[in-house]
Amino acid sequence: MREILVYAASQGGELTKPALEALGTGRRLAGEAGVPLSAVVLGADTDGPARAAIACGAGKVYAARNPILANFQPDLYLRGLEAAAAASGADVLLFPGDGPGRELAGRLAHRLGAGAVTEVVGYRLDGGVPLWVRPVYGGKAMAVYAPARERVVVALRPKTQDPAVPDPSRQGEVVPLAFEVSEAEAVTRVVEKIQEALSGVRLEDARVVVAGGRGLGGPEPFKDLEELARILGGAVGASRAACDAGWVPPTLQVGQTGAIVAPDLYIAIGISGASQHLAGISGAKTVIAINKDPEAPIFKRANLGIVADYKTVLPALTAELKKLVGA
Amino acid sequence: MVMDSYAEYALEVAIQLKEKHPGTEVTALCVGDKPADEVLRRALALTADQAVRVWDAGWADLDAPAVAHVLAAAIRKLGGADLVLVGRQGSDVERGLVGPMLAEELGAACTTLVARVEVQGDRLRLRREADGGFAVVESRLPAVLSITNDETNVPRLPKVKDLMMATRKPIQVLGPADLDLDPARLAPGVELRDLYIPTQEGACEIIEGDDGPSRAAALAQRLRELKVL
Ligand SMILES: Cc1cc2nc3c(=O)[nH]c(=O)nc-3n(C[C@H](O)[C@H](O)[C@H](O)COP(=O)(O)OP(=O)(O)OC[C@H]3O[C@@H](n4cnc5c(N)ncnc54)[C@H](O)[C@@H]3O)c2cc1C
Repeated sequence: MREILVYAASQGGELTKPALEALGTGRRLAGEAGVPLSAVVLGADTDGPARAAIACGAGKVYAARNPILANFQPDLYLRGLEAAAAASGADVLLFPGDGPGRELAGRLAHRLGAGAVTEVVGYRLDGGVPLWVRPVYGGKAMAVYAPARERVVVALRPKTQDPAVPDPSRQGEVVPLAFEVSEAEAVTRVVEKIQEALSGVRLEDARVVVAGGRGLGGPEPFKDLEELARILGGAVGASRAACDAGWVPPTLQVGQTGAIVAPDLYIAIGISGASQHLAGISGAKTVIAINKDPEAPIFKRANLGIVADYKTVLPALTAELKKLVGA
Repeated sequence: MVMDSYAEYALEVAIQLKEKHPGTEVTALCVGDKPADEVLRRALALTADQAVRVWDAGWADLDAPAVAHVLAAAIRKLGGADLVLVGRQGSDVERGLVGPMLAEELGAACTTLVARVEVQGDRLRLRREADGGFAVVESRLPAVLSITNDETNVPRLPKVKDLMMATRKPIQVLGPADLDLDPARLAPGVELRDLYIPTQEGACEIIEGDDGPSRAAALAQRLRELKVL
């Protein structure tokens, strides 16, 4: 390994959480392997993100600054990333693994003729070469990949990496990138943004998540889950089965292909605990399962469980927890 | 062999577009060996117009860039496509890379995590998952979309008569000789070194009680003791 380049994605002038996680892992790996860490920032104004990336340990920050990069647009952002990859010569490119990050990682890997791994949750150093660990088969197994080409693009699964701790006293160099990009290259365009949230707390940031599955039997019981979530200052989540049934919007889906959550408390009600669902709660501290089937796999992940029809438990539990939190 | 879960959602979107825009032709395409015919039969039973399987005995371990390269070559061979739909990720190795890489291969527009698709003349209006909600995205054609699940694209079940018909429809098989492939693009980008089963952590403490309310009270008591809330 020669050099690590992290895509330090930013929003509104601040590094995103997944970007901080990528920088955290980049810094650790660079330290262990004794290679330089650089970052690339993109935007209309890159000063803030560049400073933040340096504070997070990047020795060099490549800045792709252009007014047309004000908002995320993958076709245009890729041009900046290509320029940074060429300027840095890094052989390991770390990406935040959120939706935009994964798309950019795949497309950039193709342009560079590089290998690519997504959903990475960790690494192992093997004679100075990082091997990438990621879950496969819906989380039932872990696979370890070695690079087979000169360069590799790696997207890290969000909420699985310790974020970088910024230290404003760190010094670094900002390298402006000269590159051509024109608005005409953008072949897709965001025309509208729709925020869809049932309660006040964002699912991904919630300290408590009350989630329901197919076992709830319909959309109405989700109102009771909302009530419980409100009392606990949390958010409502759901399994894919509940989203597919149209009981709740797909934005509430928790799991491998939904939101990845890491709350202090996750309450799974009428959720069987399929590995794809569990992949979304691996960072949850305490998991409570309420399920009428004692054999349900959710009990393998849960810390506390109640084997019962949820209808017999939920009203009393809501009342008890209301007392407990003094709401 | 069964169809990949997200591929089913993608196929459902394709079938709905075909129903809405008569004259649209749906081709089901996969990279796979003979047993994959079963998957294509199901696509035909769900009223895909034609089915194409691409395969070579040496392709058992193709990774995402290679699969994208093979698919792109096959799509070109078949005369191109206005719209290519793929599942947001596979169920087994779930790379989520094939869609974006296929778009690069074809020089097509790319949008990932698409929940709903509307065709408006020569443009697409898409609803894609975005941070905490949705974004409406306009795209030009040709385009590659990776499809996610939504209540509007829950896969339907094939009709019995279509299942019968599907057994009589042909499946076209293409191999390397039919395609314009670059061997460098088929070489692996990463190599599997190790595969292991992660250990399950701690046992679950089952809260007992005579009825729902007593269990709820006992659970609240444990949460208090454990200082969870
Ligand atoms: C590629 C891929 C990606 C996927 N991604 C996701 C994902 O991101 N998120 C996700 O959630 N799923 C995902 N899935 C789907 C996943 O495999 C499961 O199908 C899904 O999680 C099941 O949802 P469920 O637990 O609500 O339903 P079920 O598995 O049907 O479980 C319902 C549970 O409710 C219990 N129950 C029934 N009635 C009651 C009652 N009255 N009281 C108490 N308990 C009751 C039952 O015992 C059962 O355990 C994915 C699948 C694939 C193939």
